[in-house]
Amino acid sequence: MKRRGFGTAQVILFLSIAILVVVVAVPVLLIFLNAFWVNGSFNVADVIRIIREPDTWQALVNSLIIASGTTIGSTIVGTFFAWLVTRTDLPFKRFMKGMFLVPFMLPSFIGALAWKMLLSPRAGFINRFFMQNLGFDGPIFNIYSYAGIMMVEVMYLFPFVFIQVCGALERMDPTLEESARISGAGLFTITRKITIPLVLPSILSGALLIMLYSMAHFGTVAVLGIENGIFNIPTLIYQRIHQSAGSFASIRTGTVLAAILVVAAALILWLQSKVLSRGHYQIIAGKSFRPMELKLRALRMPLLIFCLAYIGFTIVLPTVVIFLVGGLKTYGLPFTWENLSLDNYKFILFDYKVTKDAIWNSVTLGFSAAVITMFAGVMISYVIVKMKVRGKGILEFLGMLPFSVPGSVIALGVILAWSGKYGVNLYNTVWIILVAYIARYMAFSLRANSAALEQVHDSLVEAARVCGATMWQALKDIVLPLVRPGMVAAFFLIFLPSLRELTVSIMLYAPTTRTIGVAIYTLNEDGETVMSAALAGIALILIIVGETLINRFIKTERRGG
Amino acid sequence: MDIVSIEGLDKGYGAHRVHRGLDLAIRRGECFTLLGPSGCGKTVLLRLIAGFEQPDAGRIDIGGAPVSDPAGNVNVPPDSRGIGMVFQDYAVWPHMTVFDNVAYPLKIARVGASELRARVLETVALVGMEGLERRLPSELSGGQQQRVALARALVARPSLMLLDEPLTNLDANLREEMRFEIKELQRKLDITVLYVTHDQEIALAISDRMAIMDGEGKIRQTGTPWEIFEQPVDPFVFSFMGIANFVPVRSEGGEYLVGEGNQPVPWEKPVVTAARYAAGFRPSDLEIARSGDGLQAVVVRANFLGAMMDYLIEVDGARMRTSVETHEAIAKDLMFREGDRCVARFRSLLWFDAETLKEAAQ
Amino acid sequence: MAHLRLVNVTKRFGDVTAVNGLNIDIEKGECFSMLGPSGCGKTTTLRMVAGFEDLSDGEIYTGDRLLSSPKKNYYLPPEKRDFGMVFQAFAVWPHMSVYENVAFPLRIRHLGSSEIEKRTRDALASTNLLGAANDSPDSLSGGGKQRVALARALAINPDVMLLDEPLSSLDPHLREEMRFEIKDLQRKYGFSIIYVTHDQAEAMALSDRILVMKLGVVQQIDTPLAVYNSPANKFVFSFIGLSNFLDAEWRDGVPVLRGGMPLPDGLAPDRNMGSFSLASRPSEIDFVSEGEGGSYALEGVVTRKAFLGEIIDYQVNVGGQEVRVQKGRRAPGPDVGSACRLRLLRPFWYAEEEG
Repeated sequence: MKRRGFGTAQVILFLSIAILVVVVAVPVLLIFLNAFWVNGSFNVADVIRIIREPDTWQALVNSLIIASGTTIGSTIVGTFFAWLVTRTDLPFKRFMKGMFLVPFMLPSFIGALAWKMLLSPRAGFINRFFMQNLGFDGPIFNIYSYAGIMMVEVMYLFPFVFIQVCGALERMDPTLEESARISGAGLFTITRKITIPLVLPSILSGALLIMLYSMAHFGTVAVLGIENGIFNIPTLIYQRIHQSAGSFASIRTGTVLAAILVVAAALILWLQSKVLSRGHYQIIAGKSFRPMELKLRALRMPLLIFCLAYIGFTIVLPTVVIFLVGGLKTYGLPFTWENLSLDNYKFILFDYKVTKDAIWNSVTLGFSAAVITMFAGVMISYVIVKMKVRGKGILEFLGMLPFSVPGSVIALGVILAWSGKYGVNLYNTVWIILVAYIARYMAFSLRANSAALEQVHDSLVEAARVCGATMWQALKDIVLPLVRPGMVAAFFLIFLPSLRELTVSIMLYAPTTRTIGVAIYTLNEDGETVMSAALAGIALILIIVGETLINRFIKTERRGG
Repeated sequence: MDIVSIEGLDKGYGAHRVHRGLDLAIRRGECFTLLGPSGCGKTVLLRLIAGFEQPDAGRIDIGGAPVSDPAGNVNVPPDSRGIGMVFQDYAVWPHMTVFDNVAYPLKIARVGASELRARVLETVALVGMEGLERRLPSELSGGQQQRVALARALVARPSLMLLDEPLTNLDANLREEMRFEIKELQRKLDITVLYVTHDQEIALAISDRMAIMDGEGKIRQTGTPWEIFEQPVDPFVFSFMGIANFVPVRSEGGEYLVGEGNQPVPWEKPVVTAARYAAGFRPSDLEIARSGDGLQAVVVRANFLGAMMDYLIEVDGARMRTSVETHEAIAKDLMFREGDRCVARFRSLLWFDAETLKEAAQ
Repeated sequence: MAHLRLVNVTKRFGDVTAVNGLNIDIEKGECFSMLGPSGCGKTTTLRMVAGFEDLSDGEIYTGDRLLSSPKKNYYLPPEKRDFGMVFQAFAVWPHMSVYENVAFPLRIRHLGSSEIEKRTRDALASTNLLGAANDSPDSLSGGGKQRVALARALAINPDVMLLDEPLSSLDPHLREEMRFEIKDLQRKYGFSIIYVTHDQAEAMALSDRILVMKLGVVQQIDTPLAVYNSPANKFVFSFIGLSNFLDAEWRDGVPVLRGGMPLPDGLAPDRNMGSFSLASRPSEIDFVSEGEGGSYALEGVVTRKAFLGEIIDYQVNVGGQEVRVQKGRRAPGPDVGSACRLRLLRPFWYAEEEG
């Protein structure tokens, strides 16, 4: 048995390593090679020269400014709301909690589009309202600014902190706070000295995730920044690659920026793991009572109104604007019944080739990427979590890689690897987008499948072995049925986001291979605002329906399992 | 005849040696318990017998045929060893009903549908789970899940059944109930059981024979529960099997004196010679009375525990525990208070070399 | 005058009455245990005393000071009650050192720094934690963590100490040791204890008085010995240690066991009780030989015998019902399958409860 099992184990391990090498490691390696390897020799001086070019330097600084501002803002907003819904007697807490998680679903670049319609200096509805009806001389807020970009990013990213802190506060043993209370501390002191310090690791970990996301974020800056000359790393990479049609200098700039992004991402992830491992207090234990609730008393109603206003302003208003604009005959007309119709929606769904293609491309690409990544993820996770073979260390390292490679880096790496230089030319085809999607979403699949596999205790498999089942029978009868929910979750975790993907697609699309995200973005760039909004509206409907279905599926799985 | 025989077994992980030259024989039809503190390597031994781990050297035979023998390049996989096994965490498959869980070994063995059904239902009834065949494990309590695991291990009628601390996760009442049931099943079905546990009470209750393993994986003593409890070979075994008093005794001019005082131990003198002695006895081996012959003592702690009175008494600086059943204490005027004087006599006493105590304390 | 007074304390959660009209007086320096199965209302009662739960009805006082009274709409928050409290799950703060954990209640009270230092060191010394003062509580074992929790509760030198199953998370060996430590601390500091537990041996060992509770209703309040010697009802009897109940009834003016075997005079209740249980404890049954035991003996057959070390555990079939007998390991006893005579040393009779 040992000899035969050893052989198959080696094959599976080799296959897993090969997938990760081809899909993720090679593109990243090529980026570093391209950045540091000039004319056949290692050259750091040239990298520094590129970084010191004013445009590049400014993009780096911008990324840092926007990411810092967004992180600080989101952390404050996320922690505050998390505390409000878990530790106070705010009314309708469950509803609020659900609403605060909605931004997770909404693509931020569609949000950015909506805010552009609302707050662009001249044409924004809100600015116009103030200027025309209230006698303001100029716009009250210019969304094409650092503040505007950060504001929009905070609106869509704060759930990262919110969900982590909520989880920590809900799981926290209430007697930790009660024992402070019986010691004589009031609720304010307890919050300051006990509660916040205990959930600090969760706050920091969520904050670092936001930092990572915001640094590598393309959509919001592309929609709101480029107009005013504000570039960050991903948008500058896009702009260089796009404008210069692949000139050597622009690709160098792109790879240097991408390399910096990878290093920064790795650093952030390393910091996060440090924070989580050192500061991870064991604060979950004991019989659970309802945790103490701070009585808000006089502040209860004002805070309720504040929360409802926040939800209305950041979730309802932008969504409504997208749908309304999508229904307008021409952008700029007022929202009256005679100006609104469903014609645009019909047109883009049934008559307009660009958008029809885009929807078809996104659905097929998303589906294929989800299926492939789901199966590859199961296999790789199985090796990492369950198998005891030599050489697993390499795979564990490679398995970390997808988590720290941002979308624009993957796109650039894929261009380097699959543009014919190494024998295969996929450039300008849908295949290159597919390869990039697989690389981009591998992390999701690995996470979902490892989590599912970790639930399958070794003794479940061993029990099958002593019942007379061979290794393969045990895999088929026990392991596969038990990880199936994880696989389904992985499928949806990939399929739904890929429907709205922009960062990767925008770098790789050709005229016939637009995706939904690319189509929304380019239509908007071309001034087809109403079409862009209508397509965004359809994307929102697709995403919300999909999310609802997956949530229902997960709930029934939990009940059944 | 021995159903399991282990000779010269070596097993290590890296530099850590778990077992060195271990020998063990288990007879057909007996309930044998491997008892030891946690981390002593008893579970490793069980997994070696099951075939989940390979020995570095030595030989394991099951039913007279070698199953593990690195020297002879023999290594029979777990699925071909013909054993049943029950795990500490139950390991019932959450996606299968009770019926499917129990039927699985028969399905693998390609037993025909009608016979399969009959045998599953019979086994399910045997563990007292009839009527629950269509439930999923998530709809069962911990004790019921462990019954399913037991039925699954029994259904193929293995000649050898391995149990790895199967009762640890159950609450005290259920644990007591289940241990009697396991014993019942073993007798009724006439199978050999190898039971691994760190709980000496379970080991005493269910074993025909048992082996005590120390923290280094060495077997200290093998014997019946009575032999292990009443005739321990060393202080380690003695103290592992229950509450133990070890009282320092010094030898002066042919007398054996307790603690720092001048009262001789009212018991036979030790046969072996040592620099210092320890008198070992259990709380029930020490009898106390208001007056009469015996060691003069003072009650330093009196504790009412319901059915038992638990006393700590002191004889010339040496402290020892004893207990009296409450109804007896009331009837015989043995309800002492702290500070009361009393006399103490032995009903049983073992002599140990004080040197060997240090090792037992570790 | 009682130190801590609960007057007609009632707690309802929606339709469920968790605690119903509880009246307790606890003396200064007394150790008072609340014993019962989970869900009996003992923890809810403790949390009402602590101030974590409001009362639905009734009042709680310490001395003359009112703590809670829904009628007067008065509720002193937990942080103002000056109690010490120890929880089952330790609840020590992992982000503070052992020293800071213990000093916390003193810092909250804005004591002088030398006073804080002195009292913290005192509390640490009493719990054998001086050596670990600068460690993180996470580096301590379960017993160590529970000592930190005790020291923290001691620091303010409270009059009342509330202990909520403080030993349940510890392993059995440590449980006994900590039990002695708690008792020693009480002797040294003189506080009153309200102790919540489901472990009867723990309650017996620690308490001056025990309250046995079931479904929010008091079953018995008495000293441990009295609770053991004369349980007020079948529930208390079954909750305090191992128990045998033989179903019996009054038939044609004669008490008989279920199945028809007549009860001897000594085992018959003194009045017609209808259906009733004959209760006994496994340790309070002797094996007697033919002709002995007189009117207190029952005939049976041994169905199981297990050597458990200190004790030998028997199961005896008496007229179709199982009786458990436990004897010391020295006492000679019959073997499996043999007929035997049981003498019940202390029989109890409980009428079958309605419903």
